[in-house]
Amino acid sequence: MYDSSKIIIGLAIFVGLVTSPLWLNKGKAAPKPTPKLDTPAIQQLEKKECVESRAFMRAAHMQLLNVWRDQALRKGERTYINKKGEKIKISLQNTCMKCHSNKKEFCDTCHNYTDIKPYCWDCHFIPEGRKTWASTEGHS
Amino acid sequence: MIEKALKGGPRYWAWISFLLLVIVIGFMFYLRQLSTGLGITGMSRDISWGVYIAQFTYLVGVAAGAVMLVMPKYLHGYKRYGEIIIFGEFLAIAAVTMCLLFIVADLGQPMRLMNVLLHPTPNSILFWDMIVLNGYLLINLIVGYNTILAMKKNVPPPGWIKPFIYLSIPWAFSIHTVTAFLYCGLPGRHAWLTAIMAPRFLASAFASGPAFLVIMLMIIKRVTRWSPDPEAIQNVARTICYAMIANLFFLCLEFFTAFYSNIPGHMHPLKYLFWGLWGYNSLVPWMRVSIIAGVIGVFIMLIPPLRRKEGFLILGCAAIVLGTWIDKGVGLVIGGFIPNPFEKITEYQPTLPEISITLAIWATGFLILTVLYKMVIYLKERDLAVE
Amino acid sequence: MGINRRSFLKIVGLSALGVSSGAWEVLQPGEVDAAHGHAAAEHGTKAAVRWAMVVDMRRCKEEKGCTKCIDACRLVHNIPVIDNPKREVKWIWKEGYEHAFPDTHNEYMSEEFKEAQFILMCNHCDNPPCVRVCPTKATFKRPDGIVAMDYHRCIGCRFCMAACPYGSRNLNWVDPRPYIREVNPEFPTRMKGVVEKCNFCVERLAQGLLPACVEACHCGALLFGNLHDPESKVRRVLRSNVSMRRKPELGTHPCVFYLV
Repeated sequence: MYDSSKIIIGLAIFVGLVTSPLWLNKGKAAPKPTPKLDTPAIQQLEKKECVESRAFMRAAHMQLLNVWRDQALRKGERTYINKKGEKIKISLQNTCMKCHSNKKEFCDTCHNYTDIKPYCWDCHFIPEGRKTWASTEGHS
Repeated sequence: MIEKALKGGPRYWAWISFLLLVIVIGFMFYLRQLSTGLGITGMSRDISWGVYIAQFTYLVGVAAGAVMLVMPKYLHGYKRYGEIIIFGEFLAIAAVTMCLLFIVADLGQPMRLMNVLLHPTPNSILFWDMIVLNGYLLINLIVGYNTILAMKKNVPPPGWIKPFIYLSIPWAFSIHTVTAFLYCGLPGRHAWLTAIMAPRFLASAFASGPAFLVIMLMIIKRVTRWSPDPEAIQNVARTICYAMIANLFFLCLEFFTAFYSNIPGHMHPLKYLFWGLWGYNSLVPWMRVSIIAGVIGVFIMLIPPLRRKEGFLILGCAAIVLGTWIDKGVGLVIGGFIPNPFEKITEYQPTLPEISITLAIWATGFLILTVLYKMVIYLKERDLAVE
Repeated sequence: MGINRRSFLKIVGLSALGVSSGAWEVLQPGEVDAAHGHAAAEHGTKAAVRWAMVVDMRRCKEEKGCTKCIDACRLVHNIPVIDNPKREVKWIWKEGYEHAFPDTHNEYMSEEFKEAQFILMCNHCDNPPCVRVCPTKATFKRPDGIVAMDYHRCIGCRFCMAACPYGSRNLNWVDPRPYIREVNPEFPTRMKGVVEKCNFCVERLAQGLLPACVEACHCGALLFGNLHDPESKVRRVLRSNVSMRRKPELGTHPCVFYLV
């Protein structure tokens, strides 16, 4: 092999970098996310049910939100009929977040675990989230 | 063949290092723009397009200018241009790449860029601009790549690229017409709403593109062992001259229409640019320099004893590049927004981050140009040594 | 898992179709145009509604310095208050006559006219240049005439801002959240890099409410209604008064009318 010393050293560095997440964490794994459903709004519900079933939501809430986004904003149809035939008002902020008002203990647990940063939160917010908005009192 | 760009003397590496430094600094500012928003630029609610779009508009013209060499050679058999056309095609590649980079740098949400492809909107001129710019880039890449491969092997380029070359001729006209259509179809902007916008753009392109190319060729003559055919350069210079005369003439036509009709909406933008309006006059020195530079350029290019002297030739081309750059970038893009729809004036001044990002994109273009030209020069010098 | 993606999308699509008739009833102007008995539901088609606004400047002039419509819009929509006029975001605002209607003023006008502060907003044109130029259809025209914004799709190219002849559009040059004075938790904010403008309060219309500015005006200067209903308030008022629109020669057919 020509330049074998350079190649082998380069390979070693490459393998080290690529496997760094494994040996830097010393073989530990991050704990499984545990989203919490104990918000005041949910506790007040008689039947603790979401817009759709838990299995559905876990698998497809992203697609549901995309469909809601285009249906409500682009087509102007703001009522969604779920699988049980109930009419749901389409709104991330006023329907979903009214019950799931604990974004940090609910939405963020899974999103942080999977390192997903949905840009929804750049615009949609929960009242408690406002505290993180720096205030400049109108100065630019 | 790109490895040829890794071989060079100290001057070459000093140039490359300088370009890389400018790029890195500009890139850091761009990261800041991504996190803070376009608010770090000098653009405002009234002047919503600034330096980035101005550079984009100018560089589309430079890219289209290559057609002034392709047409005589391929449509009219003017063989003298044969050895310098490749430089024009590579200039087009670098210029279109810069255009695309400027557009991306100007977007408020660049991560959503793909929306233009995911949701095609044929009634939007920006959609067509994306198509024609990328198409022109593709054509020049195909033609340039195959030409340089053929040069390497000392054979004529393959015949199948001829259709692409012929296609590039109307396509070059189209890229700049479509860019003009971005402006001249907007009902609210009197400075832009003129049918002569596309002809102005084309005349300016056919002056600035070849002028840019001539300057590049003269630099190559100074720093390498190869030099272009002087008669070919003189012919390009004549083309530049007539195109610039047309450009200045069209500007005079704009003045006539505005001031003879006395319509305020048409007069105000020109008054603001060349004399100042309602106390605002920050662009007046720029526009006057642009006219002077343009006239000096035409004068030099028109008079053969001056045109044949290399120093004057370069000065003339530089004057035309400067004149058209100000006229298109500063005068047209910024001037079109002034006065605003409420007949008020907000002025515009680019900020340091904005200028730095702009310079970084220019440096990227020059880097691409340098690498591509290095390959061509290697081949030309190799052929010189053989003779 | 109970369902796969294809089935889910089929079901949602069918639900949407089934729901559209129901959703349409929510959008009927019956509750909005409560002043009269007729409802546009008689017409039965979506194009039966064409929203428009009439600004009665004769009544507005009486209240100098009043900003109730502007304040209401700002509150309802979480509009940031940015001091720097280069970066400001305004959905509804005031301009003097020579700025609202450039090239039409003359020096012999009445003093009242010269001092009047016209209420300006997006005109929701019938023939909007901004919609024509948007490369992603992020701004689009609804069947009821409202020119709407889809902030999820906007790439921030600002072509619409260049195209609008009325200067109605705003880019968020920076993150607007720090500049929001009073937050309405029922409405989202916007993010930096997207363009926004007056939306004729579509979200309120969907609930049968009037736009926030119309509701907030206590001297009855802002009227809102359905242009396609000959008996609506706006039509009656336009029939019996002299009205004007901004820059009518541009062919945009704006739907904000001014009574002078």
